[in-house]
Amino acid sequence: MANENKANKQPLPTLSAADFAPVDINQHESEVIKRESLTAWRDTWERLRSNKIAMGGLVVLVLIVIGAIIGPLIAQWVHGYNYKSNDLSATNQPPSSLHWFGTDDLGRDMFVRTWMGARISLIIGLAAALIDLLIGVIYGGIMGYFGGRVDTIMNKFSEILYAIPYLLVTILLLVVLKPSLGTIILALTITGWINMSWIVRGEIMKLKNREYVLASRSMGAGTGRLLFRHLLPNASGPIIVTLTLSVPNAIFAESFLSFLGLGVQAPISSLGSMVENALTGWMFFPWRMLFPALLISIIMLAFNLLGDGLRDALDPSLKNK
Amino acid sequence: MARYITTKFLYTLLSLFILITATFFLMKAIPGDPFMSEKEVPAPIRARLEAQYGLDKPEIVQYVNYLGNILQGDLGISMKKLNQEVSHIIGQTFGVSLRLGLIAVVVSTIIGVALGLLAALYHRKMIDSVVMVLAVLGIAVPSFVLASLIQYLFGLKLHWFPITGLKDVLGYVLPVAALSAQPIAFIARLTRSSMLEVLHADYIKTAKAKGLKWPAILWKHVIRNGILPVVTYVGPMTANVITGSVVIERIFGIGGIGKVYVDSITNRDYTMIMGITLFYGIILMFARFVTDIVYVLVDPRIKLTSSKEG
Amino acid sequence: MGVQTGKNLIEVEGLKKYFNVGKGKVLKAVDNLNFYIREGETLGMVGESGCGKSTAGRTILRLYEPTAGSVRFNGTDIYKLSPGKMKAMRRDMQMIFQDPYASLNPRFTVSDIIGEALDIHNMAGSKGERKKRIEELLDLVGLNTDHATRYPHEFSGGQRQRIGIARALAVNPKFIICDEPISALDVSIQAQVVNLLQELQERLGLTYLFIAHDLSMVKHISDRVAVMYLGKMVELATSEELYSNPVHPYTKSLLSAIPVPDPEVESQRKRILMTAEGGGPIRSADEQTEDTAMVEVSPGHWVATPY
Repeated sequence: MANENKANKQPLPTLSAADFAPVDINQHESEVIKRESLTAWRDTWERLRSNKIAMGGLVVLVLIVIGAIIGPLIAQWVHGYNYKSNDLSATNQPPSSLHWFGTDDLGRDMFVRTWMGARISLIIGLAAALIDLLIGVIYGGIMGYFGGRVDTIMNKFSEILYAIPYLLVTILLLVVLKPSLGTIILALTITGWINMSWIVRGEIMKLKNREYVLASRSMGAGTGRLLFRHLLPNASGPIIVTLTLSVPNAIFAESFLSFLGLGVQAPISSLGSMVENALTGWMFFPWRMLFPALLISIIMLAFNLLGDGLRDALDPSLKNK
Repeated sequence: MARYITTKFLYTLLSLFILITATFFLMKAIPGDPFMSEKEVPAPIRARLEAQYGLDKPEIVQYVNYLGNILQGDLGISMKKLNQEVSHIIGQTFGVSLRLGLIAVVVSTIIGVALGLLAALYHRKMIDSVVMVLAVLGIAVPSFVLASLIQYLFGLKLHWFPITGLKDVLGYVLPVAALSAQPIAFIARLTRSSMLEVLHADYIKTAKAKGLKWPAILWKHVIRNGILPVVTYVGPMTANVITGSVVIERIFGIGGIGKVYVDSITNRDYTMIMGITLFYGIILMFARFVTDIVYVLVDPRIKLTSSKEG
Repeated sequence: MGVQTGKNLIEVEGLKKYFNVGKGKVLKAVDNLNFYIREGETLGMVGESGCGKSTAGRTILRLYEPTAGSVRFNGTDIYKLSPGKMKAMRRDMQMIFQDPYASLNPRFTVSDIIGEALDIHNMAGSKGERKKRIEELLDLVGLNTDHATRYPHEFSGGQRQRIGIARALAVNPKFIICDEPISALDVSIQAQVVNLLQELQERLGLTYLFIAHDLSMVKHISDRVAVMYLGKMVELATSEELYSNPVHPYTKSLLSAIPVPDPEVESQRKRILMTAEGGGPIRSADEQTEDTAMVEVSPGHWVATPY
């Protein structure tokens, strides 16, 4: 050790004051930020936009929503029939110029009915997801924000409720209630919000001890400001991803209910109930199955791709997981 | 550990109790009574029927009786198939569904893990992309769509497999394929992401650096650690297979419990609906309970709070 | 060091903050603190991480409700204030946080961050007034006023800490708790921030409670220094007295850990190690910890007994 120290003590080259010159630094200029200012949302959007698959999902969804809105109107405008008009002389027709997607067993136009079905399925999916969001944010927000005994009791309650299988509860409810758009959405949300509440709870618990939240409290911010200005906006990433992925879940659940005869009832139809309806004899009339089945698969696919892309865009460290 | 299992078990029982209570009161909430849908029933016969089903007693007595009966495995008598016990019908048809379900579970696990492992080992290569595309499709395409599609293609058009039934080994192929698609997709994704995480861990580099042969690393470190998250999927997979079987049995005309369930809902055979719902509930809750326990057992990193003391 | 009037601005008496850690055990994070801070003074508070100094700071600002004790600001016990009065009181007491990355909301612009307090207390009459005040504050802490519309992630650690200081100053506080404001910064930036804090103290007549684990910086900025150990105060004296004449073994141990910027002396430096007796601060709820009394060993130099 001592030897090494000695070896290192070599004489330094002699320098005089003339060897040094002040570097001209303009403090003000060095602090100028050149990068374009991006908010967290813009950042996310830029990342999402560079993800071709997720953008594909988004574009497809936008097209399907447009189709669900104007598809039935186009057919009505071109051919003059709606989703209820039936022509018993033209049942089970294959696709033609008059009936673009063919007709069903009652001679109703499949093009109109498929887009109407998409409309109903989307309404069910979106409504169920939004109600889950509302209940989940309130319930999870209370658990996460107040913590302690309130959280313990509310969390235990949700755990017990969650342990009861989701679809069974839905089925039971719909056996008792008459299936309609409203009751189906109600049944789908009866335990559907629990997952969302857990996501919100976890996020709020994580965020509420961040120093910026303490800073806001030290300035005298009330519960409302803390929740709506600090906690929820910063928890919005995982909330949005969960929301996006819960839409296809609700659409799938409704189509499953249709198979049990507990989906939306005639004359309105969802994509699921159309597939169910096409099941008898579809070997001979495959178009009756094809279009709704294709559309429901595309919707599910697009939501899943968009959800995965959003997750990556909101948290780049999770990429490729 | 014993305390953890006991707590979990008690919670499972509590959830089950809530489900049972819900079935009872929902049945009571059904407008009219079970004999309304029949043709006009003469009063004396109706009274006798009500007495037979215990419907003339106060609700609280009926509820206690109901609980007692369930504890003894008695789920009541079918309202539509007279003199047939619900539990008897379940016993008769469950075997078919169970066999189908178990095959699907085994097939999904093997194929799912294999695909996930392949994708992870060939990360960002062709195989990875193909597996991920299949996984996304598997998750997105509803089982009834897939079932109809393969039935049409391989059954009707190509005649490779029978269209309906489980009459021979070939008859199992299409239903099992339809039932396994979604679990395979989930398991492949889970396995892939956890294997990727493990493959990038420092202890794998250490194992490589100390000269361990690749197959040994793969087996001793990668697969053992990477497969853990798949255990968490046991519960959801059970649910998946049960809901799937309800649809698939209908499409392939298989006489399992799923088909009985659909029929009972169509016929509004309430005792049957409630009985099968409870039966499914027990299986699903038990699967979730087992998942919780197994996960703690296999992952030594999860320290239970109670183990700190002992 | 600021202009002192001799009046006590802050008086802390018997302050305790216990946390439940389950199974009937409590963590006595802050256990019976007694001290005062004079107007214009800087009181340093040192101790190793986990000794309860940050908790003490947060409890004094009533970000945590205390288990027992009182904190008087200008004679008013702040724990007895109604929520409305407490909100008004918060204008007088502010905090600068440790981690400049965690203490700024990533979704707020700089002007949102600094302006939040103005909004809460309705201190800006109009949009123009608000903007003017924010620019004034940015200028005060040496930041470019063009940066008001930028987001925190666009700044360096030192700049972020300046934003945090501007936020604390927005409400014209009299008392600021600096909770390890420099420990997360580069050494080269630390001095800049400390100098800024001292400059602001002189200009605005501020009173500081300066929490840190770095003794040399605390000595530089503080008039008096309090040493905390396992939730209790073990020694309190003027900076000079404490550094030249430490009495408590823990203080000696802490001082012996300071590196000396002279290789000859440094090589002679001996660490004094202290073994913790009586276990950590986690005790069962009903267990009595022996009460330590502070004894004045020389004028203004207090030491906990027994030691």
